Parts: sequence; C-alpha cells; structure tokens
Amino acid sequence: MPEIRSGSATDAPRADGPEVPPPLLEVRGVTKTFGGGRRRLTALDGVDLRLGKGETLGLVGESGCGKSTLARVLLGLERPDAGTVRFDGTDPFALRGKDLLAWRRRVQMVFQDPFASLNARMSAADLISEPWRTHRDVVPGAKAREKRVRELLSLVGLRDGDAHRYPDEFSGGQRQRIGIARALALDPDLIVCDEPVSALDLSVQAQVLNVLSELRERLGVAYVFISHDLSVVRYISDRVTVMYLGKVIEHGETEDVFDRPQHPYTAALMSAAPVLDASYAGGDREIQLKGEIPSPFDIPSGCRFRTRCPRAEDLCAAEAPPLVVRRAREASDPHTALCHFPLEAESAWA
Amino acid sequence: MTTTAVPAAPSADTPALDVEGLCVDLSTPSGRLRAVDGVSFSVRRGRTLALLGESGCGKSMTALSVVGLLDPAAEVTGGAVRVRGSDTLRMSPAERRKLAGPVLSIVFQDALTALNPVQPVGRQIGEPFRIHRGLSRREAREKAIELMTRVGIPEPRERARSYPHQFSGGMRQRLLIAMAVALDPDVLIADEPTTALDVTVQAQIMRLLRDLQDEREMAVVLITHDLAVVAQRADDVVVMYAGTVVEEGPVREVFSRPRHPYTRGLLDSVPEHAVRGRPLPAVPGSPPELSAVPSGCVFQDRCPLVRERCVRERPPLRASGDGRSAACHFSEELARA
Ligand SMILES: Nc1ncnc2c1ncn2[C@@H]1O[C@H](COP(=O)(O)OP(=O)(O)OP(=O)(O)O)[C@@H](O)[C@H]1O
Ligand SMILES: Nc1ncnc2c1ncn2[C@@H]1O[C@H](COP(=O)(O)OP(=O)(O)OP(=O)(O)O)[C@@H](O)[C@H]1O
Ligand code: SF4
Ligand code: SF4
Ligand SMILES: [Mg+2]
Ligand SMILES: [Mg+2]
Repeated sequence: MPEIRSGSATDAPRADGPEVPPPLLEVRGVTKTFGGGRRRLTALDGVDLRLGKGETLGLVGESGCGKSTLARVLLGLERPDAGTVRFDGTDPFALRGKDLLAWRRRVQMVFQDPFASLNARMSAADLISEPWRTHRDVVPGAKAREKRVRELLSLVGLRDGDAHRYPDEFSGGQRQRIGIARALALDPDLIVCDEPVSALDLSVQAQVLNVLSELRERLGVAYVFISHDLSVVRYISDRVTVMYLGKVIEHGETEDVFDRPQHPYTAALMSAAPVLDASYAGGDREIQLKGEIPSPFDIPSGCRFRTRCPRAEDLCAAEAPPLVVRRAREASDPHTALCHFPLEAESAWA
Repeated sequence: MTTTAVPAAPSADTPALDVEGLCVDLSTPSGRLRAVDGVSFSVRRGRTLALLGESGCGKSMTALSVVGLLDPAAEVTGGAVRVRGSDTLRMSPAERRKLAGPVLSIVFQDALTALNPVQPVGRQIGEPFRIHRGLSRREAREKAIELMTRVGIPEPRERARSYPHQFSGGMRQRLLIAMAVALDPDVLIADEPTTALDVTVQAQIMRLLRDLQDEREMAVVLITHDLAVVAQRADDVVVMYAGTVVEEGPVREVFSRPRHPYTRGLLDSVPEHAVRGRPLPAVPGSPPELSAVPSGCVFQDRCPLVRERCVRERPPLRASGDGRSAACHFSEELARA
C-alpha cells in the first residue's frame, strides 16, 4: 500500500544527512489566475516542480491544462499570484537591474512554431547574435561574435554558409535549429521547450531531438520539455510531470510514470496514445474516458478529474484527494500522485 | 433504361473508390508545379485505407480532387476517380454535386473553419437532408438531432440551437462527422480528423469513426502523418512522398518489412522504437520543395542506398504480386537487409 501524506504531487521529503545543494529549479505552490469575477480562471493551482542541473523534465497534459502558462512563469514573463520560484536558490521575481539581466540569460525558450517565432527580415547570423545586443558582455567584440555564430551553427548541425541566409530559405527543421542556436547564444542553464517538434515533419523531428540530446550531453543544459506526443516525452525525459486543469496530478521518473502510472488520468492518457505495433489490439487496453475536460471556469469540487474518472466514488466529489507517495530510486524525488484511489503498481487495469 | 441521379451502390468486392494515375497541377507565381503526380489507390466498403505522408506531400490535394473541392489555383490534369462505375472527373459539376453526401463525403482537420460560424449547428447538420432528400425544415431538424445523439453530443435538442464556437474542439469534430455521414456515403475521406485534438479526445473520435464505419459499411480513406494512427486504424497504407506514391500494401506487412527506403527511414526515426540516451536514426535532410523535386527518384537526396541509376531514372511503382508495391530500383536489397 503506498504511503499517503497531504501536500502536492512534487512535495518531496527533505533528504537527511549532509547539506544537499539546491536543485537548479524549484517551484512551489505556484498559482496563477487570469481575469476576475465570474470570468476568473485558475490556470495554475499550487504547482510544484523540481529540476536538477542537466536534467530533462517532460511536461504533459491536455490542451489548456496550464503548460504554457507554467513555461512563461519559469521564464519570468508571468508573475505568479502565489507560490515561489527558486532558480539556484534565488527568487528571479525579486531581482532588479543587473541581477535580473544576469538571470535572464540563464533561462531561454524554444517555441513551437519556427515560422512565427523568427523575424523574417533577419539573417540566421543576425538572429543568433541578436541576444548579445542586450547581453553585451557574453561574447564581446565583432570577431569573437562571428566565430561564436559559426560554432553555434555547427552545434545545431547547420553550415557556415547558412549564416547569411534568411528564414524563408530554410526548411522547418532548419528554422527550429536556428531557434535552438539562438537560445544557446547566451549559454543558458535551462531551456524551456514548448512543443519544439510538433510543427516538424516526422523525418525531421528526429534530427531536432538528436540536437537537443547532444547539447544536453555536451553542455549540461537542463530542459523543461512540453509536448503532447508521449513517445517523444518518453524518449527525451528523465522525469515526467502530468498536469490536469492547472494542477500537477502525477510526477515521477519516466519509466515509473509510463509503465506504472498511479493516477487514473495518467493511465488513461498513456492507454489512449496510439502505438506503432500494428498487432497491438488498441481498443482492448484503452481506458475510455467519458466526456471532455471541464471548463476551467467551473472546476469540479473535490478531485477535478472526477467527472471523467472511471474509478470515481462519492469521496472524490466530497474531498480533495491526498498525495500518494511511492518509493523511487531517489528518495529526494519520489513517484507521487494526487488521488483517493490510486492504481496499484502491479495491476495495470485490464 | 432510365438514368438515375446516382448509380447503384457497389457490391462488396468492387472498390467503392478507385483512383488511378491522378495528377494535379498548381499555378503559382513561379510557374506550373505538379503537386500530385500519378497517384493510384482503391478501397472497398468496410475497409480503411491510410494515406500517409509528411507535410506538403500532396495528401490533401489528392483528397480534394476526389471530392471535387480543389482550390481554383489547382487543376486535375490526368487520371480517373471512379465511384459506382463512373469516372467523376468526366462528370458535369451538377452531376458531381449529387455525389457529395450520398456517395463521397469528407471530414476536414479544422472543424472550426469547416462549420459556418453564424448558423446554428442543428440547421447545418440537417441541411444535406433538405438538399438531397427534400425534407422539410422540421424533418431535417429531427434528423439532425438524431445524428447529434449518435455522435455523442449531450442534450442534442438544446445544443442544436448553439453556434459552433460554443462547442469544444472535440465536439465540433463530432458535429462535422455527423454531417459527413448524414446521407450514408459509400466513402468517407477523413483528412487529419484528429490532429488538432488532445490524445484522449483523439481516441474518442477514432472510436466513433470506427463504429460508424462498421455500422454503415463505409470505405474510409484516412489521411494522416501519424504512423501509430495508421498502425492501429488502417487495413492498407499508401505512403506518399513529394506528390508520388512510394510504397503501398497491407499495413502490417509494410510496417514490419518496408520495401522503400523512405518508409524504412520513417519507421526507424520514431521515438517509440528508440532507446533513451541513444540517438534516433534520423533521415538526413528534409522533403523537397515542389519546385525542386528531382527528375530521377524523388527520394534520391536523402536515400542511404542512392546510386547512379536513381539519379537517371525514376523508379516506377512496381507491384510484386503479393498485394504490395514499391517505387524503388533496389527494394529487393531492403527486403533482404
Ligand atoms: N493571458 C491569458 N488570459 C486569460 N486566460 C489565459 C491566458 N493565458 C492562458 N489562459 C488560460 O489559461 C489556461 C491554461 O492555458 P495554457 O496556454 O497554459 O495551456 P496549455 O497547457 O499550454 O495548452 P495547449 O496544450 O493548448 O498549449 C487556459 O484555459 C487558457 O485559456
Ligand atoms: N493553393 C495553393 N497554392 C500553392 N501551393 C499550394 C496550394 N495548396 C497546396 N499547395 C502546395 O501543394 C503541395 C501539396 O499540398 P497538400 O495540401 O496536398 O499537402 P499535404 O500532404 O496535405 O500536407 P499537410 O500534411 O501539411 O496537410 C504542398 O507543397 C503545398 O505547399
Ligand atoms: S481522486 Fe477519485 S476521481 Fe480523482 S482520480 Fe482518484 S479515483 Fe479518480
Ligand atoms: S530508387 Fe534509389 S534513391 Fe530512390 S529510394 Fe530506391 S535506392 Fe533510394
Ligand atoms: Mg501551450
Ligand atoms: Mg493536408
């Protein structure tokens, strides 16, 4: 029987013994609402996240569950209404002036749409070096900048000659590489990738995923990787966080979350994703959800998943579900879920 | 013999839709381009054929040519599209319109733009019954409510009065499907019907399509770029690349032993087959622009097996007698590898 505590899905116990260095990123209880009165919408509701240096955290959940809003909070573009964000132990929202500028360069973003996110009138070299106009001291001097642009181009698998070409002369995958090179220009510690390969062709997607993995090996960059493609998330992530209507409902190591999900929503999500094996009888193992995601203006009482949950009972409407903790290899980051009736590890529902 | 508006439905073993050598040209500012180059396939009632291919390879153009809804910039320049024994490309526009609904029907990816934003959905769904069956407004409304119930819209009687923007993406897709199956078509073409939807909603829509297909014995042409959807949903697959068919056959066989290097490359590059921490076997480069499709083999720039003959001579789509075909000079090598 898993241990049950109160709290939220990534509320990890503090490890005993010697002082542990703070994780690269630690988010606690972040809440963000939009609008007011009857049109008030809670996009993030007490979200916790943690991420170590050089790690990749996959973020999944249905459309509108708050993934991009969370990404904007991590980038400092959106100030949370409540909760804390700590980057290497410091609160980016408390920074001003030079300190803020210094922090900004450490967290970068790669967007979904390589077409819309690049200025069509700038060459690849201009696009990659543009961040240095604000952050002047990262690469000082014109010569050094030229050299660094070439290095960055080669890092993402483009050629020197590409430096003077414009976005519309590149394919989608190449444009996405320019976006990545641009994000790398400031030597960030964390890159937030919001659906970075969704707009790419399958045969090109693999190239971009390879570039991202290679950079992680070579430069130790950490990623928050948002995607609706579960096979991509499984391939790239060390840990996975699952969100539903603004709340983290499950978190754990990739294998645990995919192969031994505890939360009924995670289990349904995993089972609904089509798999390549043509001999697989998809319909047999699929956990069918009723209905659709409730309106974010009208979040159900108790457990927010109860309107679609095949395991829901009266208790689920009456009381907010507790945090269930299952032991993981790393005690500081266990496999957690928010549910009254979590799935047992062994009995993936037949 | 009297000429009926719509010829009789096909029997079980003649194809419900037979496309042969379809060519579509596009007029662009930089000249005429061939977007679809000799595409052939056929599908029987009750069966599902997947048209698989990456962005821009001509899937939608093929579909639009079949239902006669091509953009004015595009023109069918060759081939045949046969339903119920006649070539629709030789019909008058009026004759063709009679087929839309009772014989051929299409569901588009983008449900929001495909529905009329200023008309209540009940009226839109009922429209085919008024046009093709001459039902009264009230009768059509009842039919619409019946269909909305069938595709799982809760409180259909009230919701029939709502406008498209008042529905979620998944519900709008259900409405489109309701409209498309209203007149029991022989062939339903679904162009990326779930790409814009979430995983769990996608699964619901796919289930709905399958149930409707079984119940009405429709032939379904499913257009997608998602290999997993093809694996789970289709009987046969046509793999397209740069406006041409490069491989064709039963899904299980094509996916387990591809005979075209492109199909092979696609299957290998899927993260599902990969081990975390190991690089994905990516196909280098990207699909060619329409204006730069090479004259020999369309895949030559990216093919690991390319040699001189591939540059000189375009490989025809060759049938190998076991229900499969491939367009590669050296597909036997791939079969052996
Ligand atoms: N600036 C804003 N003003 C009002 N509501 C907003 C704003 N930004 C986001 N929202 C709402 O917050 C919720 C979360 O949105 P968010 O974009 O974070 O979702 P998401 O998980 O990224 O979805 P998707 O997968 O579709 O990208 C949604 O209901 C959205 O409509
Ligand atoms: N109206 C148009 N004018 C010019 N080019 C067009 C037009 N419509 C389509 N094309 C081009 O024709 C080719 C085939 O397009 P089509 O829409 O059939 O591709 P597709 O396989 O459906 O791709 P996707 O997966 O992106 O929907 C593409 O290269 C596209 O850019
Ligand atoms: S708390 Fe209840 S409704 Fe919520 S996920 Fe668990 S079983 Fe389902
Ligand atoms: S014909 Fe040649 S270039 Fe084309 S797919 Fe076959 S081996 Fe490759
Ligand atoms: Mg988003
Ligand atoms: Mg298309």
